Amino acid sequence: MLGDLGTASLAAGLLCATLTALLWLRVALFAAPARPARLATAATLGAAAAACALLEAALLGHDFGVTFVAENGGRHVPVYYTVTSLWAALDGSLLLWLLVLAGYAALLARRRRYPARLHAYAMAVVSTLTVFFFALSAFAANPFRPVSPVPADGPGPNPLLQQHPAMGLHPPLLYAGYLGLAVPFAFALAAPLAGPQGRDWLRAARPWALAAWAALTAGIGLGAWWSYAVLGWGGYWAWDPVENASLLPWLTATAFLHTATRRGTGRAGWNLVLACASFVLVLFGTFLTRSGAVSSVHAFTDSPLGPMLLGFVLLAVVAATLLAGRRVPEPPRRAGPAADPGRGAPALSRGTAVLVNGVLLVTIAAVVLIGTVFPLLSGPLGGVRASVGPPYYERTAVPLAVAVLLVMGTLPAVTARAGGLRRLAVPGGVALTTVAAVGLLSRPGAAALTAFGAAAFVLTGVAAELAERLRRDRGTAATGHRRRSPGRFAGLVAHAGIAVVAVGVAGSAAYGRDAERVVRTGETLRVPGASARLVGVDRSADAGTMTVRARLRLTGAGGERTVAPALRYHPGRDATVTVPAIRTGPLRDTYVTLLAVAPDGGSATVRLAVNPLVGLLWAGGALTAAGGLVAAVGVTRPRRRPAAPATSEPVAAETRSEPGPAETRSEPGPAGTRSEPVAGAAG
Amino acid sequence: MSRRRAGRVAVVAVALAGGALLVAAALADTLTYYRTPAEVLGDPAGARERIRLGGDVVPGSLRRSGDLVVFRLAEGGREITVEQRGAPPETFREGEGAVVEGILSTDGVFRADHVVVRHGNEYGPVTASPEPAGAR
Repeated sequence: MLGDLGTASLAAGLLCATLTALLWLRVALFAAPARPARLATAATLGAAAAACALLEAALLGHDFGVTFVAENGGRHVPVYYTVTSLWAALDGSLLLWLLVLAGYAALLARRRRYPARLHAYAMAVVSTLTVFFFALSAFAANPFRPVSPVPADGPGPNPLLQQHPAMGLHPPLLYAGYLGLAVPFAFALAAPLAGPQGRDWLRAARPWALAAWAALTAGIGLGAWWSYAVLGWGGYWAWDPVENASLLPWLTATAFLHTATRRGTGRAGWNLVLACASFVLVLFGTFLTRSGAVSSVHAFTDSPLGPMLLGFVLLAVVAATLLAGRRVPEPPRRAGPAADPGRGAPALSRGTAVLVNGVLLVTIAAVVLIGTVFPLLSGPLGGVRASVGPPYYERTAVPLAVAVLLVMGTLPAVTARAGGLRRLAVPGGVALTTVAAVGLLSRPGAAALTAFGAAAFVLTGVAAELAERLRRDRGTAATGHRRRSPGRFAGLVAHAGIAVVAVGVAGSAAYGRDAERVVRTGETLRVPGASARLVGVDRSADAGTMTVRARLRLTGAGGERTVAPALRYHPGRDATVTVPAIRTGPLRDTYVTLLAVAPDGGSATVRLAVNPLVGLLWAGGALTAAGGLVAAVGVTRPRRRPAAPATSEPVAAETRSEPGPAETRSEPGPAGTRSEPVAGAAG
Repeated sequence: MSRRRAGRVAVVAVALAGGALLVAAALADTLTYYRTPAEVLGDPAGARERIRLGGDVVPGSLRRSGDLVVFRLAEGGREITVEQRGAPPETFREGEGAVVEGILSTDGVFRADHVVVRHGNEYGPVTASPEPAGAR
């Protein structure tokens, strides 16, 4: 019954979404009234919500006649994990994906202050995406398919996914991030279609991109924390393809946000490419994670989703390339150094810094992408099957990331009206002092030292900038001219967060110590700074699981305590998960994992690790996400000063050369695009 | 403007060339190849460097003595004896597929230092990484 209703809701959603796309296209092409299109958008959201609600009802009601419930539900599963098991497997998570996408579409439809044609085209693009994912859900991955015979119970969700409350937050946050990037993508595609009206697309896209970026940052950070707390290997990032899939759009979206600021030299083509690339990478990541292409050491499985998703990725790439190619040319730049930010400005300008950082971020993304797809392609193309592990990324992405930090640290110098390079003296001095002091005291290795130095450089610069800004604000407050820009403040916070993350990464990598071996009862396992004595091994069983626990007496900096890491076996899935014991301190975590237990219970294989500074990762991640959120709120809030209408802004009012493909460009990118200040991106 | 454009072309060209060099060098040094037992037996010289060996753990072949675990990996009728120091993860079972990482020694025994249990093709979100054991 629920299953039939669910299938019907997917069919209805597919119809509504198709209708929505057509109606918005009608609005865009014939300037038809938008009201029917808005209603259709709302109806699509309703269908997606109904599908999710029906699947949740089936899960909570243990309706094992529904395929998804039979495969992922279970009577023994706690209510919280029953609710979250909607996104514990492929078919159901697509419904959440649909709900979030339809939600963004409905939010975007309500906005009325965008240029009408631009808005309508953007809505048409978002609706087309919705159509595709509804089709995917309805035809290839319908979770509501009937099961016969109906089983009496199910295995429950993947045991790894019912261990930690982050299950309720991490996937929805990631989806909010991924699909939020669909809106800038839609605006980027709509801009060339909408003609002259499309020139405001950056201003329209920026708050969405910021909100999506904040959610993505939080989602990735939470995922790292979750993997640290649950998987038992003591790490937070494995350069796993599924992890890389979330990092790729984050990198390009970061570059997009920076080029899309008002003061940045927004190069519309470069922006367009970055906005498109971000969402294409989301789609590509979806393909990687949903098609079964990467979860195995072997190539493609026969999931029906793979080819459909791959086809859609290609379609998106082709559409983006074609549209970027016929982007409306910018008006020619005004002659004279006054209007040319490039000519009169020093070589070290904010625009240069943003461009260099953008290129670096895109290079990191390319390097990570190559590492991620290399194992997939090397077999079919070269005949050798190979794997790319963390060493590859440590040698490629890490130095590039340090370079990004260093460029980020030059921000105080390049934003200042006066002083220029001299303003880097203090941060530079602090950085060198940090490197010298840390290097002499602890010899953490060149990579970590560089990272510490770069982080000190950034943090000092941010602190100096904040101090100066506060002072300036106080000064202007006295004269009654308060100039506060939450966006710029938020940017500094986000930068500080990234630097803090860098310290956490470098510190935990350089100073982490671990030992792993078989210990008999009474024996002690030691690493510098901590030791653990095996007291005993307990076994217990409850509904649906069997647990082996090792009781260990842990001695560390903060006294003595008993911890009990465990191995939990789930017979329903024939899977064992590790439950590490983590003792969190202000400067370091002590991390104990039980790896195996001897059949007689007299000994256990235990891993003991000391992870210093790992808390900075979570703090820095939270700071970065908070910065993004504040910036998003900042640009969404109506400005105090009445904004000039878009058409009267100096750049937009200029005469333009006629529309058409930009003349000599053969490839989209910073090299071939015109340099032009963006026509009034919000600030 | 043309000078600026030339500058930007230069920045991108340098980034591209640098990135390509970085990738090529890193790939050449850090790549781990997958081989099956049949491939290793057919070309033992190719396994003198570090490789990943994949196959099914032959039922009944698993022996433990102290820290040392010995078992045979088979695929397509060919088998290789694998020695691994340190306990394999709890999910490692006889009859199941496994991937081990190490070097083939001259006596024909594959000395592994990592056991990567082959994961199902089931979709898991970010943290359900396919190889938590081999990730570090």
